[in-house]
Amino acid sequence: MAATQTEVITTPEAQVLRAAIAIDQHPTRPSPLANTFTFAWRALLKIKHVPEQLFDVTLTPIIFTLMFTYLFGGAIAGDPETYLQYLLPGILVQTVLIITVYTGFTLNTDITKGVFDRFRSLPIWRPAPIVGALLGDTVRYTIASAITVGLGLAIGFRPDGGVVGVLLAVALLLVFAFAISWIFTILGLVMRTPNAVMGVSMLVLMPLTFASNIFVNPDTMPSGLKAWAEINPVSHLATAVRALMAGTATFDQIGWVLLASVVLTAIFAPITMHLYRTRN
Amino acid sequence: MTSAPDLAIEAHGLVKHFKETRAVDGIDLAVPTGTVYGVLGPNGAGKTTAVRMLTTLLRPDAGTAHVLGHDVLTQPDAVRSLVGLTGQYASVDEDLTGAENLIVIARLYGFSTLAAKRRALDLMEAFGIAEAANRPVKTYSGGMRRRIDLAASLVMSPRVLFLDEPTTGLDPRSRNQVWDIVRVLVADGATVLLTTQYLEEADQLADRIAVIDHGKVIAEGTATELKRSVGEGSVSLRLASSGDRGRAAEIVERVLGAEVVLAQDPYAFSARVPDDGADLAAQLLPALAEAGIAVPEFTLGQPSLDEVFLALTGQPVDEDEQTDHEEVA
Repeated sequence: MAATQTEVITTPEAQVLRAAIAIDQHPTRPSPLANTFTFAWRALLKIKHVPEQLFDVTLTPIIFTLMFTYLFGGAIAGDPETYLQYLLPGILVQTVLIITVYTGFTLNTDITKGVFDRFRSLPIWRPAPIVGALLGDTVRYTIASAITVGLGLAIGFRPDGGVVGVLLAVALLLVFAFAISWIFTILGLVMRTPNAVMGVSMLVLMPLTFASNIFVNPDTMPSGLKAWAEINPVSHLATAVRALMAGTATFDQIGWVLLASVVLTAIFAPITMHLYRTRN
Repeated sequence: MTSAPDLAIEAHGLVKHFKETRAVDGIDLAVPTGTVYGVLGPNGAGKTTAVRMLTTLLRPDAGTAHVLGHDVLTQPDAVRSLVGLTGQYASVDEDLTGAENLIVIARLYGFSTLAAKRRALDLMEAFGIAEAANRPVKTYSGGMRRRIDLAASLVMSPRVLFLDEPTTGLDPRSRNQVWDIVRVLVADGATVLLTTQYLEEADQLADRIAVIDHGKVIAEGTATELKRSVGEGSVSLRLASSGDRGRAAEIVERVLGAEVVLAQDPYAFSARVPDDGADLAAQLLPALAEAGIAVPEFTLGQPSLDEVFLALTGQPVDEDEQTDHEEVA
């Protein structure tokens, strides 16, 4: 037993400390879902305290929508209004996908600041910190989507699919964004600094978003690029989002996106969790 | 694998490599329940790596470890539910307020929203940081920051608490507060393993101490035992004039037959008293007086842990400039 240093301490401060540390009733262990929601709530708290992180989420869609509509509209489709009908669903896809890189960035920040190891030392459902963060991120995606669609409507975008079509399109996009985020969680776990994560994530995203059918019809591309643009899952996503907004979506179009989401998650989520568990 | 119930932490032959370096190179530990155990060593000695293995954050390459009888490798969840951890790498979120940080952790343990809030405020009250409960942690001072870190590891009232360099960089007042918290915890039956580079801290707080260097335990025992292993004791002198130090040192070396260690302070030096050399030490003051050297301060006592470390490793604690690879890894 402790004999030398730990004589019983009875100062008032010690009594207060003792009372505060003691727990009368140990709570029962929460479910994996409860753990996950706690982490999602934490992500929302971070948005509350660091609203600057919403700058990108708000400004990116505004700049992209305005810039590409009026920059390319005349050249590509004859006039901006016609191009907007084609571009807006695509720009929505690009905007949300670009925001997904923050997933890896915030994860890496948590790791470098030491917050993550605290969570890893707790008796909780192991994937909860990552899944919860991804859920919290969907709030950001939703905000960006609302801004993009709102701005589009204001400058003349008229989706034939109506409110339901637009909402379904956004929902499908969120599913895909959640799935592709697992790539960035891997980068977040592997890279040494948050900025490195950012840089590499952008390198991954550039060919995915630009070499797709987001901006132009792949038929106008050279054959190699066209081949890539046609198998690129982001093209399938943009096609499905367009079709949902236009009210012409087929089960095939939606099915491809859901399949791609399942495949992405099935490959990259286990890699993420393996890296997370064995991290040094 | 069985482990004696009176041991809170038990490790055998723990090894961890990072690329070429053997950060931890076969460490054995036996920490009795209800005590403070000090792990003392310079930067890069492997302290942090050892703690990370004992708290399930890092898989050992070899060896076994048990916390309260639970294997860290095969029952990590049981271990996690019994330990608390605070260190440079197990920290709180700077963007969130202090209260929010504690509430998140309490919610993760399963406290209801209301109970989590109460727990957070109670802890902050007891730690004297209640007035900062609703401020982001990044606005906290160093001492407050350390206390919220500590509070975060006490949300579930852990039976075993790991503190990795809990007072590094703290002013004396904040350091004393952390020490008080540790003493109260242990008085109430918890076990604390703390790593430190400060010999004074280990001396003040720990019931037993393991001295670690280059990933190995090079000495283990109570502070008194460690000091005794080095020799009977030592004399420390502080002179009235720094110009006398050379001559005084020569006299002390001659009388004791032992080498002197010159302190940073140009007026001071110390020397080990050889075994059975107490009467030799008594001759020092007359000899110095005879040489006309004024000695306003003279202490004869047990060697400090600084001297212990020097004797064990051949180098003083604070001169080990090795980079801390465990922080990078």
